[in-house]
Amino acid sequence: MIEMLDTLAHYFSFPFVRYAMIVGVLIALCSSLLGVTLVLKRFSFIGDGLAHVAFGAAAIATALSFTNNILFILPVTIICAILLLRTGQNTKIKGDASIAMLSVGALGLGYLIMNIFSTSANLAGDVCTVLFGSISILTLTITEVWLSAGLSVLVIAVFLLFYNRIFAVTFDEDFVKATGNRAKMYNLILSVVIAVVIVLAMNLVGALLISALVIFPAISAMRIYKTFKAVTICSVSMSVTCAALGIVISILAGTPVGSTIVAVNIAGFAIFNAVALVLRRV
Amino acid sequence: MQLTCQNLTIGYEGTAVISGLSFSVSAGDYLCIVGENGSGKTTLMKALLRLKSPDSGHIITGEGLAVNEIGYMPQQTAAQKDFPASVREVVRSGCLNRCGLRPFYSKREKQMAEENMERLGISDLATRCYRELSGGQQQRTLLARALCATRKILLLDEPAAGLDPGAAHEMYDIIKTLNDSGTTIIMISHDIGASVKYASHILHIGKQNASFFGKTADYLKSEAGLQYVESGGGEQ
Repeated sequence: MIEMLDTLAHYFSFPFVRYAMIVGVLIALCSSLLGVTLVLKRFSFIGDGLAHVAFGAAAIATALSFTNNILFILPVTIICAILLLRTGQNTKIKGDASIAMLSVGALGLGYLIMNIFSTSANLAGDVCTVLFGSISILTLTITEVWLSAGLSVLVIAVFLLFYNRIFAVTFDEDFVKATGNRAKMYNLILSVVIAVVIVLAMNLVGALLISALVIFPAISAMRIYKTFKAVTICSVSMSVTCAALGIVISILAGTPVGSTIVAVNIAGFAIFNAVALVLRRV
Repeated sequence: MQLTCQNLTIGYEGTAVISGLSFSVSAGDYLCIVGENGSGKTTLMKALLRLKSPDSGHIITGEGLAVNEIGYMPQQTAAQKDFPASVREVVRSGCLNRCGLRPFYSKREKQMAEENMERLGISDLATRCYRELSGGQQQRTLLARALCATRKILLLDEPAAGLDPGAAHEMYDIIKTLNDSGTTIIMISHDIGASVKYASHILHIGKQNASFFGKTADYLKSEAGLQYVESGGGEQ
């Protein structure tokens, strides 16, 4: 036990490990805030779709050798998020089909572009990093840390300020529209915030595993709590705990950060399920 | 006139569901919209709520009624069936149109939510989870929310759908009480018996334009009314 703590103390003396911890926790917090709304709006898969778009954008950014990829990835992902969430009832292609199309399309094109334009010797390793985020969280520069922290704070602020409105459009969009509120604008804000969270989360768990950060905490919290406020608070606490625990375990066991966090989230979901079953019996 | 519809034509992708419909509602009226399935009742409701724009014709509000002062009680959507929200959270969300740019509800608005829960007899359910309530309790919650949005005019889409006879009766009584205290009611209903019992006016939307709009007493003497009441509402 003491040996483990020593190892941890040793690792945490490196600034990049501390950065990873701070950014990881902030990302987990943001993604779980929005997870509740996405799950309830039946948009669980949107995280996945947008992450693939972000992957495609990252490939293009690499091919064009931009100095700061995020400045290109973020706008592209935001535009796609707006297009996806806008497609409500009045479209020829239904929500899930459009997400699936965008998602595989961006993934395929992204890999193609990376293959054609990549100058790197280790292409497979690069792709793996983007998809599973294996080391990118540990290679953050101080600028990226500040950028991530700033965006996270922005996401949290927007969520708090629009909390009542987000609740209302999630529960009943038609009622919000009919009573003269600007439901469209709230949806727009929601899509922008979701895109920001996805691009941030790519650093932590990689493009393929983002949905886990969005879905698991929300579904777990919904198993036990019955009010929107309680579910939100619970899913945030669970997500933050799982992310911190996942990062610590991955340091100690030398496992990839992203997949470890997902594994901890799955364990959390199992525990919440068990508790829910016990509560129902009593 | 609080609400006037002139020569409305509404449809989907070029096919008119409703054509050439005109009627008007004054403050304090109790209007029931009846008609067979597929006659366009819900489409009309969407147009009145500005969720769908009419292909032609006009919907005019008057007597100081603003467009955002129309309260709305929808039929349940699938998403709400497993939504984690307390009754209080749902009712309060009706106050949103009073907030303007303010991010949170004021004391006044929270108070109003409590009063409306009191009015509908669901105060003791305030902290209960919406999805665990009975159908009648859920409908009352949605009605309390609509009352938070406005006291002037309420649009109700099948308020008694899926309720047992007792709960349905209570629901109609509540609506009648609201109407007596000055709230204008526009209600879509399949329940022709309750419609002619409570409503002051009837709008019958029929196929092949066999429509009727007028006082309930006149409706019961009209050809459309006689047939429809005779058949027990077309589908029962």
